[in-house]
Amino acid sequence: MNLQKSTLNAVFTYTLVVVAFVVAQGLIKSGNISSTLRGQLAPICAYIVMAVSLNLTVGILGELSLGHAGFMSVGAFSGVVACVSLANVIPLEPLRLVVGMLVGASCASAVGFFIGIPVLRLGGDYLAIVTLACGEIIKNLVTCMYVGMDSHGLHFSFLTSASALQLEKGGKVIINGPMGIAGIPKLSTFTMGFMLVMFTLFIVMNLVNSRAGRAIMALRDNRIAAESVGIPVTKYKLMAFVTSAALAGAAGALYAMNFSTVVATKFNFNTSILILVYVVLGGLGNIWGSVVAAAVLTVLPEMLRGFNDYRMLVYAVVLIIVMIVTNNARFKAIPTRLKKRLRGASNV
Amino acid sequence: MLAALLRFNFLGGLYMSFLSHLISGVSLGSIYAIIALGYTMVYGIAKMLNFAHGDVIMVGAYVCFFAVSRYDMPVIPSVLLAVAACTALGVFIERLAYKPLRSAPSLAVLITAIGMSYFLQNSAQLLWTSNPKVFSSVVGNGSVKFFDGRLSISYNVIVTVLACIIIMSVLTWFTGRTKMGKAMRACSEDKDAAQLMGINVNATISMTFAIGSALAAVAGVLLCSVYPTLMPTTGSMPGIKAFTAAVFGGIGSIPGALLGGTLLGVIEIFAKAYISTQLSDAIVFLVLIIVLLVKPAGLLGKQVQEKV
Amino acid sequence: MKRVVFFLALAMVASALAVCTSGSALAAGAIKIGGTGPLTGGAAIYGQAARNGAQIAVDEINALGGVQFELNYQDDEHDAEKAVNAYNNLKDWGMQVSLGSVTSTPGVATSVENNTDRIFAITPSASAVAVTEGKNNVFQMCFADPNQGSASAQYISDQKLGSKIAVIYKNDDVYSSGIFETFKAKAGEIKLEIVSVTTFTEDSQQDFSVQLADAKNNGADLIFLPMYYTPASLIFQQAKSIGYTPKYFGVDGMDGILTLEGFDTALAEGVILLTPFNATASDKRTTSFVAKYKTAHGEVPNQFAADGYDCVYAIYEAIKAGNVTPDLLAPAICDILVKQFTSMSFNGLTGDNMTWGVNGQVAKDPKGMIIKNGAYVGID
Repeated sequence: MNLQKSTLNAVFTYTLVVVAFVVAQGLIKSGNISSTLRGQLAPICAYIVMAVSLNLTVGILGELSLGHAGFMSVGAFSGVVACVSLANVIPLEPLRLVVGMLVGASCASAVGFFIGIPVLRLGGDYLAIVTLACGEIIKNLVTCMYVGMDSHGLHFSFLTSASALQLEKGGKVIINGPMGIAGIPKLSTFTMGFMLVMFTLFIVMNLVNSRAGRAIMALRDNRIAAESVGIPVTKYKLMAFVTSAALAGAAGALYAMNFSTVVATKFNFNTSILILVYVVLGGLGNIWGSVVAAAVLTVLPEMLRGFNDYRMLVYAVVLIIVMIVTNNARFKAIPTRLKKRLRGASNV
Repeated sequence: MLAALLRFNFLGGLYMSFLSHLISGVSLGSIYAIIALGYTMVYGIAKMLNFAHGDVIMVGAYVCFFAVSRYDMPVIPSVLLAVAACTALGVFIERLAYKPLRSAPSLAVLITAIGMSYFLQNSAQLLWTSNPKVFSSVVGNGSVKFFDGRLSISYNVIVTVLACIIIMSVLTWFTGRTKMGKAMRACSEDKDAAQLMGINVNATISMTFAIGSALAAVAGVLLCSVYPTLMPTTGSMPGIKAFTAAVFGGIGSIPGALLGGTLLGVIEIFAKAYISTQLSDAIVFLVLIIVLLVKPAGLLGKQVQEKV
Repeated sequence: MKRVVFFLALAMVASALAVCTSGSALAAGAIKIGGTGPLTGGAAIYGQAARNGAQIAVDEINALGGVQFELNYQDDEHDAEKAVNAYNNLKDWGMQVSLGSVTSTPGVATSVENNTDRIFAITPSASAVAVTEGKNNVFQMCFADPNQGSASAQYISDQKLGSKIAVIYKNDDVYSSGIFETFKAKAGEIKLEIVSVTTFTEDSQQDFSVQLADAKNNGADLIFLPMYYTPASLIFQQAKSIGYTPKYFGVDGMDGILTLEGFDTALAEGVILLTPFNATASDKRTTSFVAKYKTAHGEVPNQFAADGYDCVYAIYEAIKAGNVTPDLLAPAICDILVKQFTSMSFNGLTGDNMTWGVNGQVAKDPKGMIIKNGAYVGID
């Protein structure tokens, strides 16, 4: 019974994403799509991956993370460096993007691993604040980093300036400290974003429905009970955390490669919070909920442009109302009452 | 003789600059501390991270600014007006946004608080424009000078530190000795049991928000007296830093907020002065992580053993 | 399934709202000018000023009765992603000429789109080099950052304003760090001694005691401040409180400090800045612009407003000279405007006889100003 439900859930999620992709492609092909929406398709995919991966930490593992944007940052910067420096080695653009995403994912998972080992011993709000701190540290360090490339390969420098890279003539500065990266080749496409989303769903849903996933959820529900039946806490916590970081890294690379510029300050506390909003609104542990919430909430502020200066105010009000309506006991009871009334009516 | 004198002077200089950095650190820290007191108060009792706290601070500072500069009110009534306005605002927010979520998961409340923070910032921008205002200190800009003026402590700093200590003492007394305070502590221990004991939990939590918001107004006025730029976003970064400070000291602990705030300010200034201005943010947060790894409940926080 | 219904409802409400509010009245036969800038958030002062300035110019031009303009400014929250969204929104609206973005990071992102879509752009104030680099249809009304940095170093050295220089800059800001980089390079070239370099960030822009102590202990007699005026006002106040009185040298971001509400202008006495715009100038155009801005928005316009105003007038002149008609498509207008801009000379609020190179950067003389008795005084 349980298995059936999870399978149904998975089928529903995949179908949802595929249908959305097909509809969007149809709109593009028939030219019925606005430039605004079209421009947002690839970022929406990146945000969906961010939301699903954060859901793995917050919803499935049950640990609040406020520094998810930090992993996105690591993935974005390392991914772009890989893509720019491999421009001559791999001429095929989609392949180069895949390599960029892989590099982003591995760098982010490495960072996630090193942060995770000490940090996951903490719990609750203390873990939340430590992840926030990690995100801020990553932002600060990336701001001080310089990377350049010439015929000798990559040059790194820290805390100095672009001139300290000592590039030979014809060399190119890739990451220019506070100025971030400019002139990124636009490799991301909606199709690539869609494939990353499908890959993410595949990884996360298989993990959740596996033995490891059940162990992770057991940790969430009752750590002490789980520990007492022999579930190794650190191993499974790390597994969820690092997977989540890796996927965020890939999403970061996809995101960065969609815009011609990226700066470290983009991946700040507010971005982490934004992703968390998607997860909470979509429902903790609810994967397709995250997918829909990320898509709707990315498009929503654009829909509200008609309000001009009141746009963000309206966005805030919508956010508050949505949270109250979906979580207040009285509002929650409305659908059940309605259902009861309908059923009562049909019985008559 | 001359060499000894020079040496003395050199060391004296180092010592003097250390002292002046320490004073700047304490002054920055006392600002964090006073905001953190409000945070920790609300967290301790309502068990929620009120991310809108920083924005209530901003509102308090604006009210005081307009009272003083546009309506020429004297300082003390303006501050009282700000306190009254923020208390009303705090209670209003609690009633409207947080109370319907009393039984909801804590993350839902967190997101609502963030929504509220956006709301306050954007309303402030629409009401008072995004142009920064320069706040004139409610205390005056003079300072006490030591060592022939080589070291100075401004009145602002003295008042902030004093305010911090007074507020902390009053809060400790209030939560420890008064009936209302005891009710608050009971709610923070166990809401259901408190209810059974005849404590009005809802009223107690509303009261907590009222006190927290009143503190926010005081914090806003002092923040802008020391660092006089006032913008709709003025409260958000100090708010996050103060939240960090509250966790650093042990969230929920009132003396912890004071200690955490002060230490955070001192660490931030020392990191800038002796290591690198570019890396100071990273260093502050690194220290925070290390402290939390060694003492997982913060400096003065209670380590609660999980019961099986 | 409750959530599905809920999300569908939310999406429907949102789209209904969008439909209701987006049907703006279109002036017949007007050329559509679009721009993005931060209208909300921490950087909103700059975006709103540029928008308001541009709107005044549009109103003036429309009142003349000849070529008609319609202006649409969209919020980009000082963020590259939102800027591209805003740009696409303007494209959907039918933008024919673009005012680019107000700030640098969004500017870099939208200028690429401008270049791919062949929509002509002149940005009021996105000053990073990367905004115009490699794009032949993107122009700047403001000085590019490197020009400001090296011009400042040259100016300090030529006028012998200081012998030991300290610099405080914002480490996580494209504008501030961009100017500092070139200032440092130029200073090394002309043997200007920099004795102290310290930074701050968005997260720590309140306490400057350490930065000032470092400058003071290293005996700096001039502090170079490549930043906006809000943090600068704090620096002046905190330096005074520790009894440190160096000379200050600012760049165009310093403009606006005198009109900061509640600011004690005595603190800025003697501050030298290179700025293209002077709101207290007595020429007819400036006084009329300042008066109009004050009536409409209750504040004295800063340099961003003047840049926005000038951009619209520059477009206006190029459109008149190139005989652009509203029925032309954006790429056609783009070709004409690029030709006009690279050959014309423009007089505006922010400079006389401005010309543009093919690289899109403007050539105009920075005006050295000194603040005396709460007002700018030219020092050339």
